[in-house]
Amino acid sequence: MEVDQLQRNFLEYTNLLFREGFLDGQFSQLQLLQDESNPDFVFEVVSLFFEDSERLLNDLTIALDQQNVDFKKIDAHVHQLKGSSSSIGAQRVKNTCIAFRDVCLEQNAEGCLRCLQQVKQEYLLVKTKLEALLRVRVPHLFSLEQQIVAAGGAIPMLNDFC
Amino acid sequence: MGMAAADSQFHVLAVDDSLIDRKLVERLLKNSSFQAVSTVDSGSKALEFLGWHEDDRTKSNETSVSPKNHQEVEVNLVITDYCMPGMTGYDLLKKMKESSSLRNIPVVIMSSENVPSRITRCLEEGAEEFFLKPMKLSDVNKLRPHMMKTKCNDDNIIEEPEKQEKQESNKEDTTTQETDDVQLQTPQSLQEQLNGNNNNNNNKRKPIDDGLPPDRTRPRYNGLTVMSN
Repeated sequence: MEVDQLQRNFLEYTNLLFREGFLDGQFSQLQLLQDESNPDFVFEVVSLFFEDSERLLNDLTIALDQQNVDFKKIDAHVHQLKGSSSSIGAQRVKNTCIAFRDVCLEQNAEGCLRCLQQVKQEYLLVKTKLEALLRVRVPHLFSLEQQIVAAGGAIPMLNDFC
Repeated sequence: MGMAAADSQFHVLAVDDSLIDRKLVERLLKNSSFQAVSTVDSGSKALEFLGWHEDDRTKSNETSVSPKNHQEVEVNLVITDYCMPGMTGYDLLKKMKESSSLRNIPVVIMSSENVPSRITRCLEEGAEEFFLKPMKLSDVNKLRPHMMKTKCNDDNIIEEPEKQEKQESNKEDTTTQETDDVQLQTPQSLQEQLNGNNNNNNNKRKPIDDGLPPDRTRPRYNGLTVMSN
């Protein structure tokens, strides 16, 4: 494939994710922090996010399954998830967490269960999209990026097109 | 750029219970040529790292018996998350300001929540800055003046006017570092200030440096050249 075309695909896909609100400006910040001495930075941070989120979603499921729901604990977990999703730019997950915390404040167990479902859904969506973008199974190169580099091109940053 | 690694050694301690945020802060700080970034996941570990002691308030540093007193593990800036289980960033700040050995280390607080009363409380307690998370490259630039201040306080001189005087001789250095700074958006004057620091060797400042351990020479910012790790 022509390098230009590959670069355009990569950019288009990323732009799509931005337009649809899955990712926000913080993700661009992560991309900016990636360079020759930190070639896998985005992949590493996103991988941490996946691990962190799955652990927290699991903890939340268990916490909401209890006879006496500990809303403080739930709030703490959601706060953490909100933080990590915010740090990588997973906007929709973050926003769902914000809503979740409000429901938690009301100590509404039913509401919390619905929120948990929502967060899980949003998480799975962004995970799929990030995996497509990053090709998780290939540690050092991302899927589209891999092809670009193989074709002799450079990975364009969003600001290249501003 | 021709300077010894020790000269530009600047040590930041980042405190955050979130692994992702620790990684992010570490990367952000390393990206802007701070040589040494240590991270811990709690306020109590931070105090341990800094060699804090319960009786730091009343006794001088000579009485500390910890193998890690602040002379050995010199930290030039502490950046901490506010919301942490156990000891919050505010609690850490307070303890540091109450400690005779730690109170001069600038502390910066980060928080994911924009709560004005929280911000005020932290700034009043002595935090230098309060950043909203997630931190960005542009936030890192705001840290530089605070790091310069650490050494300033030790010597009771106002450094900045002096540095600006030395700008003229260093203007040519600016261009070689511009390319690395495209993303950092550093104001020109600050850039030149930092370049000025690069060429201020100790000869010009001998009396002032007496307060510092011999291996810690003054210049700490050799412009914003990215020191790839």
